[in-house]
Amino acid sequence: MKNQGILESHSLTKTYQSGSRSLTVLKDVSFSIQEGSTCSIVGPSGSGKTTLLGLCAGLDRPTSGSVLLDGVDLSALDEERLAEIRNQQIGFVFQTFQLIPTLTALENIMVPMELRGERRIRQRALDLLGQVGLADRSDHYPTQLSGGEQQRIALARAFINRPKILFADEPTGNLDAETSERIEELIFKLNREAGTTLVVVTHDLELAARTQRIIRLKGGKVISDQPSQPQRSTVSAVV
Amino acid sequence: MPADGEPAQATAIMMMVVLKPWIWRFAWRDSRSSRRRLLLYVSSISLGVAALVAISSFGANLERAVDDQARTLLGADLAVRSNRAFDEEAEALFHSIPGESSRQISTSTMAFFPKNSATRLVVARGLSGDFPYFGDLETVPPEAARSFRSGRSALVDDGLMVQFGIELGDEIRIGNQTLEVVGRLVDIPGEAPAVAMVGPRVYIPYDLLTESGLIQYGSRVSYRALFKLPEDVDAEELSRSLRPQLRQLQLRSETVEDRKASLGRAMENLYQFLNLVGFVALLLGGIGVASSIHLYLKQKISTVAVLRCLGAKPRQAFAIYLCQAAALGAVGAAIGGVLGLGVQFLLPEVLRDFLPVQLDFRLSWSALASGVFLGLGITLLFALLPLLPVRLITPLLTLRSEFEASQTAFKDRARWIVLLGISAAIFVFARSQTDSWLQALGFCAGLAGVFLLLAGTSRLVMYSARRFFPSSWSYVWRQGLANLFRPQNQTLVLMLSLGLGTFLIMTLFLVQSGLLANVALTGGQDRPNLAFMDIQTDQVDEILHMAHEMNLPVLQRTPMVTMRLSKVKGRDVREIIEDPRRRGPRWPYTREYRPTYRTQLSDAETLLEGSFTGSADPEKEDVPVSVEEGVVRLLDLKIGDELVWDVQGVPIRTVVGSVRRVDFQRFQPAFLVVFPEGVLEQAPQFYVLLARTETSEQSGMAQRAVVARFPNVSAIDLTLIINTLDDILSKISFVIRFMALFSVVTGLIVLAGAVVTGRFQRIRESVLLRTLGASRKQVLRILLIEYFFLGSLAASAGLALSLAGGWALSRFVFEVDYSPAAAPFAVAFLIAGGLTVIIGMLNSRGILDRPPLEVLRAES
Repeated sequence: MKNQGILESHSLTKTYQSGSRSLTVLKDVSFSIQEGSTCSIVGPSGSGKTTLLGLCAGLDRPTSGSVLLDGVDLSALDEERLAEIRNQQIGFVFQTFQLIPTLTALENIMVPMELRGERRIRQRALDLLGQVGLADRSDHYPTQLSGGEQQRIALARAFINRPKILFADEPTGNLDAETSERIEELIFKLNREAGTTLVVVTHDLELAARTQRIIRLKGGKVISDQPSQPQRSTVSAVV
Repeated sequence: MPADGEPAQATAIMMMVVLKPWIWRFAWRDSRSSRRRLLLYVSSISLGVAALVAISSFGANLERAVDDQARTLLGADLAVRSNRAFDEEAEALFHSIPGESSRQISTSTMAFFPKNSATRLVVARGLSGDFPYFGDLETVPPEAARSFRSGRSALVDDGLMVQFGIELGDEIRIGNQTLEVVGRLVDIPGEAPAVAMVGPRVYIPYDLLTESGLIQYGSRVSYRALFKLPEDVDAEELSRSLRPQLRQLQLRSETVEDRKASLGRAMENLYQFLNLVGFVALLLGGIGVASSIHLYLKQKISTVAVLRCLGAKPRQAFAIYLCQAAALGAVGAAIGGVLGLGVQFLLPEVLRDFLPVQLDFRLSWSALASGVFLGLGITLLFALLPLLPVRLITPLLTLRSEFEASQTAFKDRARWIVLLGISAAIFVFARSQTDSWLQALGFCAGLAGVFLLLAGTSRLVMYSARRFFPSSWSYVWRQGLANLFRPQNQTLVLMLSLGLGTFLIMTLFLVQSGLLANVALTGGQDRPNLAFMDIQTDQVDEILHMAHEMNLPVLQRTPMVTMRLSKVKGRDVREIIEDPRRRGPRWPYTREYRPTYRTQLSDAETLLEGSFTGSADPEKEDVPVSVEEGVVRLLDLKIGDELVWDVQGVPIRTVVGSVRRVDFQRFQPAFLVVFPEGVLEQAPQFYVLLARTETSEQSGMAQRAVVARFPNVSAIDLTLIINTLDDILSKISFVIRFMALFSVVTGLIVLAGAVVTGRFQRIRESVLLRTLGASRKQVLRILLIEYFFLGSLAASAGLALSLAGGWALSRFVFEVDYSPAAAPFAVAFLIAGGLTVIIGMLNSRGILDRPPLEVLRAES
């Protein structure tokens, strides 16, 4: 494990302008996440979780402060370079799955690699489809799949580019308990196998407890940053 | 096109991106669920291209036909014509011209068929020599085209023979000559078939026409000397070298090149109108593309956000949709090209009667290529405008669907470059179609103005709907009205597309009406319908007596005196026409005038300036004459200016006493100059009598009686002429309407496209309302109210602006009168507004008949 984290946030602040009023949703947030570790960001609605995720993943720019991803300052990069970083180093899983409705399951999984211009990716996509247990659904469109199946496709898509870090935004927020458990298992399994750093934004404290570290936000500030306490018994009870 | 970087560099990068196969593959996959919807977008550009290809292909074929058949247009290398018989000096000049020559003499007269005692006004031509030298008089039997020149033989217009049941071998009487019909005249090179509908041609030997008794004072006779030059003599050069002598002899020459040029001028208005149609259809197609793509891309925002999240660069996302637009544009343009070639088959068919050349269809590759290229270009240019914001879609939308990007469109430099490109393209296109920088600039400025006004109106509508929102109205009305200004509203895009479409089509309609009104006829139940012309002074009383005997009311008896101008404002006419500083045409100075004299204005005349004088005494005062406004303008006259006339050798000094406007569309003699009584009574003159007959039998009887007694007198049955002209005009109207139809259909497709593509905007909320328990009727009424406001406001704005557009085009481009009627506006309003509502409603039908979830699945 390196001394420098794969993801470092230094005094991150984000302010939105709404007419003449300004609203600060993140204030002076700093932390560092080590490569290969798992971390969750939790907090009540409006605490700035999603904003923080957006900044860390290079989807948005901070008002002040900086984000270093694998030593690279994201705020210094232009949109083109940010896109490259997202494509090569980051995987995403969203609460609403965000599959492209006009593409089949297999095509959705292949998109990140196709964006790189890589060829012979079909087999790798099919392998991943098999790993998430949907080998027989390769030609289905998102509307023909259940929520859990869509999220599994999204997971396969997130891992196809072998990302260094995976950002998951409420990955089980739209799923029932049983399906959520399966998805969680899958996320952690794939993460372990690929050695990917995992950052999860969630309300779900049970999910958060499965990560090695929990950062708690409230009113845009970090109120605690601690290793998590395993809650296996609760999880088992749910399952 | 990336968000930053120099345009050239950005374009180069874009080309690299677009060439990547993955981009095309993704573009294809992404279009899966929208292909049928995008078909509308394709068809709007297709019709524009079809109109353009058809028109330019027709133009190319016509140009080629004129070039190929140039010599047959004139039938000779050089023609010299005059309204007076050639004198010795002229004949001497003709003898100096090398090669062969022919003579043709031509006059309008009554033909009489003894077989059934039928009479008909015809154009009798006496021909000597071997004219036409190029092309042939097409006759049945073919040898009659040559054989009629020897003996007492005539060629008679085929239509006329059919009309009167005349057969070969029957007799025809022209003046005092009775001849045998030896051939049917089917086609005359260089003459449009429609010409024969008004004045059927009869060819007889030259000498027989000169001896027919028809060539006398007052007869409208034209003389032509026709030359076939040796191969080594250049007709243009010869014509130029002869011009000074010909001018001196008051003769006019014409070469093949002159004929081609005058043909071009004659076709100018038709061409300009057809070009305008193509222009409008293509612009409408462009608007269709822009609005369809704009609404289509709104559905693609989340897809683009996901792509951006997965690492797609802004230019990659942009390239995907650019490729879709390009592919659809190419398909649309190709379909349009094929359609245009199909229409090209029809155009010569509908225009055949008006063309003096044989028009064969030949595939014009250049017209096809330029039409398709233009179509694709316009598609891409107009698509770029709504495509550019794709570059600005943030990946953050994947996390926050409610996130709205900051309004950077206004600051986006690429957007301004595209707008500049569209303006430049419209300008270049307008310039190529109108041949005038000023008109092209006017087109662009006008369109830009209309665009801005429509955009401003839609902003005003949104502001007003919000500011004066009627909170007390029922929920359905409030919801429908609120749809106009809420986020994701379609007000701006529909106001622009529907408003511009309505504006363009209505402007076209107004111009079309102006053009048609310009050639329409004015008649009436109490107007004369039988005219006797070329009556000598000593024949007047006897004809009046005959009319009285036949119970035929003579409504007008008009004397005419032929004369020419010898001095204008103190300057000799010859001096004026030789003056290099002179502006305007020669003919107002050199033509033969046929003024009348009377005591008052006729009901077809309006006094514009000065006062009309009914009688004058040339011994005591300057004779005040009344001059038609057009002649006043051409001769640069004002009240009090002096005009000296040569009345068959006698000079008569007059001054401009008044200026008149004359309605030339009435069926009665119209005069450029009117003298007061007391001046011309003693001059050699002839008369026109106008009478009214109640039946065609009465008309036929009167014609036969007068013509049998006085062969030099021509009778014109105006009812027949009106019917014939009506027939011709309805054909012209058909051509104009046929072509305008392209723009109308394109406009309807644009309208349908805009409304249909906007469907998704309202689907989610309609489904949500249904889920919350709204009845089918309530949801329908909400949509109805929204589309009613959008349709009626856009139609009103477009129609109001078309009033100005129609005026500008009529006044500056087509130079026709502009008097728009109210009824078409009401109809257009109902059509545009009504169709918006109907299409909107039909379009929403499927949403309300199915379960909400099913709808959402199908539409996502």
